[in-house]
Amino acid sequence: METILTLNNLTKRFGPITAVKDLSFTIEKGNVYGILGPNGSGKSTTLGIVLNVVNKTSGDFQWFEGNESTHNALKKVGAIIERPNFYPYMTAAQNLKLVCKIKDVSPDKIDEKLKIVGLLDRKNSKFRTFSLGMKQRLAIASALLNDPEILILDEPTNGLDPQGIHQIREIITKIAGLGTTILLASHLLDEVEKVCTHVVIIRKGEKLYSGRVDEMNASHGFFELKASDIIKLQELLKKHPSIGKIVPKENCLTAFLNEPMEPETLNTYLFEHGLVLSQLVKRKESLEEQFLQLTNQISA
Amino acid sequence: MLRLLAIEFHKLRFSRSAKILVTTYFILITFIALIASIEFSFGGATFRVADQGIFNFPYIWHFNSYVAATLKLFLAIVIVSMMSNEYSNRTLKQNLIDGMSKKEFVLSKFLTVIGFALLSTIFLFIVSLILGLSFSDYTEMSIIFSDMEYLLAYFIKLSGFFTFCMFLGVLVKRSAFALGFLFIWWILESIVNGLLRWKFFRGGETADNIVQFFPLESMAILVREPFSRLNAVQTAATQLGSEFSKDYGIHWYQLLIVIIWTAIFVYLSYALLKKRDL
Repeated sequence: METILTLNNLTKRFGPITAVKDLSFTIEKGNVYGILGPNGSGKSTTLGIVLNVVNKTSGDFQWFEGNESTHNALKKVGAIIERPNFYPYMTAAQNLKLVCKIKDVSPDKIDEKLKIVGLLDRKNSKFRTFSLGMKQRLAIASALLNDPEILILDEPTNGLDPQGIHQIREIITKIAGLGTTILLASHLLDEVEKVCTHVVIIRKGEKLYSGRVDEMNASHGFFELKASDIIKLQELLKKHPSIGKIVPKENCLTAFLNEPMEPETLNTYLFEHGLVLSQLVKRKESLEEQFLQLTNQISA
Repeated sequence: MLRLLAIEFHKLRFSRSAKILVTTYFILITFIALIASIEFSFGGATFRVADQGIFNFPYIWHFNSYVAATLKLFLAIVIVSMMSNEYSNRTLKQNLIDGMSKKEFVLSKFLTVIGFALLSTIFLFIVSLILGLSFSDYTEMSIIFSDMEYLLAYFIKLSGFFTFCMFLGVLVKRSAFALGFLFIWWILESIVNGLLRWKFFRGGETADNIVQFFPLESMAILVREPFSRLNAVQTAATQLGSEFSKDYGIHWYQLLIVIIWTAIFVYLSYALLKKRDL
């Protein structure tokens, strides 16, 4: 598989604060990656380093297997970080033309990309007259101008109203559908969960996890159980070898699995021991629960 | 190189304030011609400034490059704001993300600065040539094209000054503060200049030898004031019993000092940009 970006032990210190610590991961072509982390975890700094606007303290990174200088590699990248930055006195089309000049691509695609983000009718309006949502959409159009190998989005829905968020998400899903590699940094989990295949989780600049979203947690899921005799249920569960931690919650129990087990097997086991369940639900942790679990494990 | 110039031109082309300032600047240069129409009466006799020989070749090269250089502040504003606006609009960050290297960024600005200086020089050459041809007492080819080094000095002077402005724009990041800084720098140089001249090295040339290395002073002395060189002024001075013995010439080492400052400012802009996190 073609590698687009490799990070090796990347570290960034701002004075006494270490914003990014020994971070290593690889971005491969065709996947949609999410970088997850609470606010201030070093997501934007990491992206700033690979995008040539923040100087690294140590370690290194490589675009496209290191065959090109960073600034030339960036011509094949589309990126939006934090808020959209354009020249306020130029119109949308003029701003995009400038980007074409910098990226050394032909300006033919301006209209096409403006159409994707729904700004074609505003192409001759000055940038300073745009709302935040429109500015953000223009930024996406600008990032798409060179038909990038990878699209990097840093908190693309930050500060938008629900309608704006929805529009941006739709655009991202549309682009992901075309097979473009995407790297999406966010602290909004459902955003990542909806579009990403792979995820990198960082906290305080350290990597906690990187890999597929569905392989993120080694856990085999958990059962939510209810029965009239809750004490007997707890005793029976304790005896079962496949069940690990049991957490009582109001009038039901949450039993975490040590190894894979089907609900039928559990139901049969309990029934054979004379217990009838009133509720049996098998669930996997949502990304949010997994994320919280991961981040808490380290702090505990 | 053309790509970098095209990028910078695109940025300036749509900025209304930049357009107004640049146009004003060039119109003001042509207004040097208006000096020709100044007339005043002096004890019954009417003087016309144009008749006092200020538009004579080759003196006109000296005179015009000195007068035109005072207008450089207009372009200085454009240059300072074209640097600092990249910071305040955060477009510098976007330019780098879009695939411009920091080196290319500084180079595109520096090329524009040189472009402005070159354009001013060419423009001044044309204006002076026309004025000279209309008013000069001598119009022989060899006389017209003598003393052209004043134009070279004008070009070097503007390049140096504009590069200084560019550096201040990068350093201070806010156009108003950068212009303020320029002013403070000028005051500082004047104070040190004054101290050296009146306190430490009274008389003699030691003070001159030191201050010629200061950035603004080195640019200022490239083209010295031309007024005392006028025949009328010279005659008046002789009658009053004092003699001017001033060196109006352009010296290679003075040009070199300004060129070195220019190089230093370009390098410092780049080093600063490279070191900073955006």
